[in-house]
Amino acid sequence: MNFRSSWRKIVNAAMLSLTGLCALVAVAALFFILGYLVWHGGKALSWDFFTRLPKPVGEAGGGMANAIVGSAKLLLLASLIGLPIGFLAGVYLAEFGGRTFAFLVRYTTDLLNGVPSIVIGIFAYTIVVLPMRHFSTLAGGIALGVMMIPIAVRSTEEFLRLVPRSLREGAMALGASRWKMIATVVVPAAYRGILTAALLALARVAGETAPLLFTAFGNRFWSPGWGQPTASLPVMIFTYAVAPYEDWHQQAWAAGLVLLGLVLLTNVAARAVLSRGMFVHRS
Amino acid sequence: MATAPIAVGHAGRGWRPRALLRRLRSGDEIAHLVTLLFAGSVILITSLLVYELWVNSALSRHKFGWAFFGTRVWDPIFEQFGALPFIYGTLVTSFLALLVAVPLGLGAAIFLAELAPPRVSSALTFVIELLAAVPSVIYGLLAVFTLVPLLREHVEPFLRATLGFLPLFQGPMYGVGFLAGGLVLALMVVPFIISVSREVLLAVPGHQREAALALGATRWETTWKAVVPYARAGILGSVFLALARALGETMAVTMVIGNNPQISASLFAPGYSIAAVIANEFTEATGDLYLAALIELALALFLLTFLLNGLARLLILLTTQRGTSHE
Amino acid sequence: MNTRILARAMLCLALAAAVVWAQDPLLLNGAGATFPYPIYSKWFDEYHKLHPNIQINYQSIGSGGGIRQLLAGTVDFGASDGPMNDEQLAQAKVKVLHFPTVLGADVPTYNIPGVRQELDFTPEALAGIFLGTITKWNDAAIAGANPSVNLPNSDIVVVHRSDGSGTTYIWTDYLSKVSNDWKTKVGKGTSVNWPVGLGGKGNEGVAGLIKQTPNSIGYVELIYAVQNKLSYGRVRNSAGNFIKADLASVTAAAAGAAKSMPDDFRVSITNPAGKTAYPIASFTWLLVPGQISDAKKRDVITGFLRWMLKDGQQYAEPLAYAKLPREVVDKEMKAIAQIH
Repeated sequence: MNFRSSWRKIVNAAMLSLTGLCALVAVAALFFILGYLVWHGGKALSWDFFTRLPKPVGEAGGGMANAIVGSAKLLLLASLIGLPIGFLAGVYLAEFGGRTFAFLVRYTTDLLNGVPSIVIGIFAYTIVVLPMRHFSTLAGGIALGVMMIPIAVRSTEEFLRLVPRSLREGAMALGASRWKMIATVVVPAAYRGILTAALLALARVAGETAPLLFTAFGNRFWSPGWGQPTASLPVMIFTYAVAPYEDWHQQAWAAGLVLLGLVLLTNVAARAVLSRGMFVHRS
Repeated sequence: MATAPIAVGHAGRGWRPRALLRRLRSGDEIAHLVTLLFAGSVILITSLLVYELWVNSALSRHKFGWAFFGTRVWDPIFEQFGALPFIYGTLVTSFLALLVAVPLGLGAAIFLAELAPPRVSSALTFVIELLAAVPSVIYGLLAVFTLVPLLREHVEPFLRATLGFLPLFQGPMYGVGFLAGGLVLALMVVPFIISVSREVLLAVPGHQREAALALGATRWETTWKAVVPYARAGILGSVFLALARALGETMAVTMVIGNNPQISASLFAPGYSIAAVIANEFTEATGDLYLAALIELALALFLLTFLLNGLARLLILLTTQRGTSHE
Repeated sequence: MNTRILARAMLCLALAAAVVWAQDPLLLNGAGATFPYPIYSKWFDEYHKLHPNIQINYQSIGSGGGIRQLLAGTVDFGASDGPMNDEQLAQAKVKVLHFPTVLGADVPTYNIPGVRQELDFTPEALAGIFLGTITKWNDAAIAGANPSVNLPNSDIVVVHRSDGSGTTYIWTDYLSKVSNDWKTKVGKGTSVNWPVGLGGKGNEGVAGLIKQTPNSIGYVELIYAVQNKLSYGRVRNSAGNFIKADLASVTAAAAGAAKSMPDDFRVSITNPAGKTAYPIASFTWLLVPGQISDAKKRDVITGFLRWMLKDGQQYAEPLAYAKLPREVVDKEMKAIAQIH
């Protein structure tokens, strides 16, 4: 008996420290990446970088202002397209779905998730760019939005399901109709998970290059409105990173830093905005 | 994984006018319809995608038929195209990625959900989620500069010295190859597993833990035997997310996999994956058959995802789900 | 739901709408080869400074991409490192004109521990290495041309491009001309079925792999080698001289072809005649539709082409691109008239 309990204690200590190690590895990886970016791209970060348009190689003072704005526009459009579809489809799967139709939806969501980003880009190219005969921010936003859908659907459904039945029954017992129960009780209870899902989806598409190559294309100048080609951070990173010039390499690393910063900012802002006034249920 | 919606009482069924009006006014039917439409739109988009892939790969399908999936040759000049090396590479790297990422991710998620103080946990999760936002290109470049030399000079010789009797660890060591590809992918998919699993674990009701602790379980035993199984469905969901990402990843993989369409038992050997070859050759492909063959590869990946998903679901079905959140 | 949330969401949307603003410059879009991207971005920027209301936006999505987008009508002009073939030209709705812009070259770069000297490569050696028939560095084919170098008895690791590229096109075009084996077994193109070797993505990928892998050899663009101070070898040309790639030898390669330049400018200048010519060089072309219905766009393009041929050429050499020979420039000036 004594041996068994000390063995269990040893296992306990060992496994718990192992999990700590796992977390450490993951965090260390990110800090390593960040450190690398700062080390190699830090020099290129300047006021110019954030406010000027790109300059040809050899000329100082170029920046990525249009790429930063372009990425912001693309991500905004992608969120407006991908998140509502994903969220509402997730709600359907968790709250309303029948057997076969819901199964079909789930399966296709997983399939969509596995499509390479360049294929989604090709898809957006054929249904938006070709008919418009023009590259555009709109096409890029649609491509990224489609990529966000599966993550949003899957995660929304999972987190809605985790809300305890007692909560739902309580609401219904108080006379709430189905949709009211969902909207005012279930969703707020699951808001943290759903928010995680949304931010994860956003992070996923923020760094995508391939789908933008044939949709948003790229632009050395400012892109007016939503119907013209636009520069974006991932495409600029890619173009500069594979070029022969050290100066451009530095800018590529710096752009990587800025991109991560943009995502971090969105993350913080979204959590801050949505955490106020929301009832958080944690058992 | 249960597919039925959470069962709660209905406001009453019936098609008579008064009942219908009552239901409409309560908004339930509209809500049902709206969410149904959006769920249906997902199927619509995916079907449209598959249709486009099907149509645009027609040339290649007609020319090669099923032999496409069994041929090893990929020759754009003499227009001989076969998908086998790419399917092999995709499977190997994705499988390796999951092998590394799932234990790592689950371990980290357990730590963050069960052990770390809440503020530390949130801060660290923030940081880890950023990993998902790092552009693929940067992962690739970093891997080329840091991971590949590490593998070639230290890790691979070590593996050869200790486990060299396995065909997995034989052959010349370049640094680039299946092993590098799998490891980079593992790092790229780990944030999904950690983030979603952590949330799922946090949502497990307290009474599960309390019950186990009350019976005298250690912290670890509580977690492993009472909490994790309860959250099993959600964790598996995160693994699905990770798998999908691994299958479709392009830039980072192509920088470290060696880009040689060959099939080799050794993890040290260079290989190729479907997404990598599409990313590499699509923008420069000029012939119609060439393009169609690349698109057929995309279709092949779709089929692969289809089969893998089906297999995974079967597996889950066979290991039944009692006592999870899906009651 | 919470009305505060709704209000905030509306605010965000309003801000988003405000991002849309109107502008009036004339915007042209072009797509194509990655290789000339640095010089093209320089040119379009300079042109924009001279004509502030003209914005020419060029994106490097690859030569094949450039050709396809031009054929699909989504861009106003294309760019390619390899000329369009007859099939592609037949697909175009209007006639497509080729305009050579600058010259570039591929160089063999290598990493052999202990070997600091510049190596000389014969065509047979290069073909054999990339075919996989020559496997050791101290093989007679290589050692014969490098008598004073102590080459090791190690396996050669071949590195090539994994992504489709004009660089590969030039390299395989050359190998097809100097080796019948290569021509029949592999052929020339932007992507080929490489008999041996690792694939690196982009010049960066190839150079990176070579730097890290002992006893390796690969090919990169001249600009890339120059900018990154890579050591590269000399190649024997058709006159029997070992030539190192530089601006002069590349221009000499074009000069030989200049005299017999076809009217549509679709020519390969690998392995040309000429004592000082570098054998692995190539033009890169702008692909312009022969018929442009929008008069303003047409004027912009013709105006730019003229500027590029006269004033633009001065920007080439500082960026390690070779200028066009005199005869080619004159011929192109006349060809501009074909755009209507």
